Amino acid sequence: MNRLTTTALVSLCASFGAVQTVQAQEINALVWCDHSDPALIEPFEKETGIKVNLKEYEGTAAGLAILDQSQPGDWDVMVIDAVDVGRAVDQGLLAELPADKLATADFFPETVMAANNTRDGKTYAVTEKFGYNTVAFNKSKVDPADMEDMATLTSGKYDGRIAIYDYYLPVLGQLSMAAGVPTADVTPESLDALKPSLMALRKASKSVSDVVASQTALATGEVDILVGGGEWLTAVLHAENPDLDWTIPKQGAVRWAQSLSVLAGSQKQDDALKFINYITSPEGQARLATSSCYWGMPANKKAGDVLTAEQKAVLRWDEQTEYLAKTQLYPVPDAALDKKMQDMWTEMLQN
Amino acid sequence: MASIEKTERDRAAGFVAPALIWVLAFFVLPFAVMIGMSFARLEGRSIVHGFFPDNYLRFFSEPSLFKGLTVSLEITLIVTVISVLLAYPLAWIIAMRVPVRYQRLALMLAVLPFWTSYVVRSYAWLLVLGQNGVINKALMGLGVIAEPLAIASTRTATVIGFVHFFVMLLTLTIYANLIQLSPNYARAAADLGASAFATFRHIILPLTLPGVVTGAFLTFVLCIGDYITPQILGGNSELTLPQLIMLQLGRRGDFPMASAMSIILMAVVTLAYLACARWLKLDRV
Repeated sequence: MNRLTTTALVSLCASFGAVQTVQAQEINALVWCDHSDPALIEPFEKETGIKVNLKEYEGTAAGLAILDQSQPGDWDVMVIDAVDVGRAVDQGLLAELPADKLATADFFPETVMAANNTRDGKTYAVTEKFGYNTVAFNKSKVDPADMEDMATLTSGKYDGRIAIYDYYLPVLGQLSMAAGVPTADVTPESLDALKPSLMALRKASKSVSDVVASQTALATGEVDILVGGGEWLTAVLHAENPDLDWTIPKQGAVRWAQSLSVLAGSQKQDDALKFINYITSPEGQARLATSSCYWGMPANKKAGDVLTAEQKAVLRWDEQTEYLAKTQLYPVPDAALDKKMQDMWTEMLQN
Repeated sequence: MASIEKTERDRAAGFVAPALIWVLAFFVLPFAVMIGMSFARLEGRSIVHGFFPDNYLRFFSEPSLFKGLTVSLEITLIVTVISVLLAYPLAWIIAMRVPVRYQRLALMLAVLPFWTSYVVRSYAWLLVLGQNGVINKALMGLGVIAEPLAIASTRTATVIGFVHFFVMLLTLTIYANLIQLSPNYARAAADLGASAFATFRHIILPLTLPGVVTGAFLTFVLCIGDYITPQILGGNSELTLPQLIMLQLGRRGDFPMASAMSIILMAVVTLAYLACARWLKLDRV
């Protein structure tokens, strides 16, 4: 083999190796559907050369089940309900994040959620987006003033025109707040007391629906009110139907928040951190806030410099101080309370 | 001679082996795992393996869970009966009245709805049956009703979605049976003085019954195990067994309970098969 051939072969191998290296720059992310928007992911992939392989899941139990069935290292990043971060930390699933490299100083103070995202002074997750499970409605069909009081919904005035968002935690949380029990203080006993109001709501409602069915029901006029809905539901429909609106009734509502974390078994923690830094940057936050799957408030205030005035109006940017004060986080049930809540929810569905 | 027989046996075993391995690996083994899982127990958020009948006892003692089975059976029986009643005449018309050269076109038109995604088709039905959907607008436009009917998010919507799908399936199976019938049967009956109805009642129907039962059984199996149609069209107005299984998996991570409910579902399907096979001699189809 002459020198020229050897050089060519070495070059070929080297270039092949380089290609392999580029291809190896991939991270696997367990996410919610808002992360699947190419407008969010592609800029990161172009900028860093890191390909993000996404798998959507719904509900923490399902996410934890996926991790349970995977090998350590299969997943690098996980979006998780902020109130469930502690659960994942308890199971040793999350890696510690370098707090000094996170943008939390630019966050709305209420969205830092140190009580949820940190443990013993160590940070395990960072909030990326939040919003409200409250009351969404079509203001051309219902009196917006009625929507300020949860009691109106079961008064008979709107029977058969209501849908309930099919997720037990926010709806039971909101009913609990209406009964004067903070979401953090829900107990099996206080839950029993909610049953009549849950069943009354079911009786007044036409359906109990998931995200897509809820959007369809509101958009097509099948129902005029969605209990458990909020900006995450109406914002994507705002362009085609500006009458779709939402409010936080006087009894308050439940605030959802999603956090982003790096998995402890990840072999690509640096790349995973780059992804987190991108998502929590003002640009990433603006794109995540207006994702095609659902909208929500960005945790980083500086996203306000990137969002348009119209987008901020839809998100109710200027009213966040009041809303944050009127809302509480999801209930965080232990296994026994969670089972009781789900049993009550199933009973409600079957009635 | 013995050597030739052995070679033949080996060759036969060689042909059967891939299918056997496939069935063992992808049916028998997972099924055994599922049976084992159904006797495990969820304690807190951990699965404890053992022999606990708790999940089965809970299923039959909790009305909200057991109702899933009765709802599934009711919907499946309604869908199967309506589908057979609609599909048989359609298949008969295609096989007996449509000229042979147009039968292929007629069948293609019959299966045209299959060309769209099942999920998309279900959502399309949601729009058709909705408050402001085509049906309500048409009925109100014609003055038949003053207020829109509540069809979407009800059992009726689920049944309509299912029937739309299964009429096509049954039409194909019944048509396949009808075209195999020799026209000489009908001619002989007519020669003997039988009316058209008597010919159908005593000759055509009994001969096509195995095809009808096969199609009805397929409808039963696919309908009772379906999750998508009741989820999209039923609006959670009542939960079927597959929906309850999904709740156990997606929300609770309760694999033992989901396994127990799946085994119960399989038992129901097996009973349906045995009934078909025993009473209608399905094994001869």
